[in-house]
Amino acid sequence: MVNPNVQGKKYPETAPYLVGREKVREFANAVFSTNPINHDLFAAQAAGYPDLVAPPTFAVLIQERSLPAVLSDPEADIDFSRVVHGDQRFIHTRPIVAWDELTSILEVASVKSLGAHSMITFNTEIFDRNKDLVCTAISTLVVRGE
Amino acid sequence: MTHINIASLEVGQEIGSHTFHFTRDSLVRYAGASGDFNPIHYRDDFAKSVGLDGVLAHGMLTMGAAVQVAVNWVGDAGKVIDYGVRFTKPVFVDANTGADVLVIGKVGAIDLENNTVRIDLSASSAELAVLGKAQAVIKL
Repeated sequence: MVNPNVQGKKYPETAPYLVGREKVREFANAVFSTNPINHDLFAAQAAGYPDLVAPPTFAVLIQERSLPAVLSDPEADIDFSRVVHGDQRFIHTRPIVAWDELTSILEVASVKSLGAHSMITFNTEIFDRNKDLVCTAISTLVVRGE
Repeated sequence: MTHINIASLEVGQEIGSHTFHFTRDSLVRYAGASGDFNPIHYRDDFAKSVGLDGVLAHGMLTMGAAVQVAVNWVGDAGKVIDYGVRFTKPVFVDANTGADVLVIGKVGAIDLENNTVRIDLSASSAELAVLGKAQAVIKL
């Protein structure tokens, strides 16, 4: 069982992640995007963006960098081999674009138990170089009981 | 800028659909792009050893592909300001034949004051819904 006492716990800010153009293209190809602003610099600039625009789920890369701290936290006691992804949401203040340098802070929003299972929800706030909020990634993991 | 006139939209209106064909190559490509190298997404022996019927697609791949129906409709990936899904069923991807994921987008709600539209996406594979409450809010 996940320790309910970690509800509200915040983990340290992650190291900056520099969003590369080719990473945006690679990710866009992987999610079957044909939207020109994910691939073509001129199309992105013509649409008013400073650089290539990342697909709407790209922020998962930043979220993933914030997860190890909590997954390896002995206080949280999460058995990762029993984890299933339950829900995922991304709320954007603005789209992520290439050459953004992003950091994130993860907070445990809630821990609930559902019979033998636990459900843990993380809010990961993602910030740019100016420390402005770019995206909040909300992820719920289901930890199956023994 | 977008070509869509919010006043012309109606709740329930279909905005597009697409069948995504996932193969094992798609899963390996997504693993590399996302950094999620959990072997349940590419190794049959490992998937079976943890009690799964076979290799399954990353939920985040299904989520990332499904929203493309809404992106293609609005024409600008940067207009998706809020996107959430529930992962309801796995998409099993056969080594030889792959898997098809059918995504249909419909107008779920219209907010004239904020100039936003909620697109509700249904995603199914082998006739089973694989995403629940898949909703993308688009800023027009």
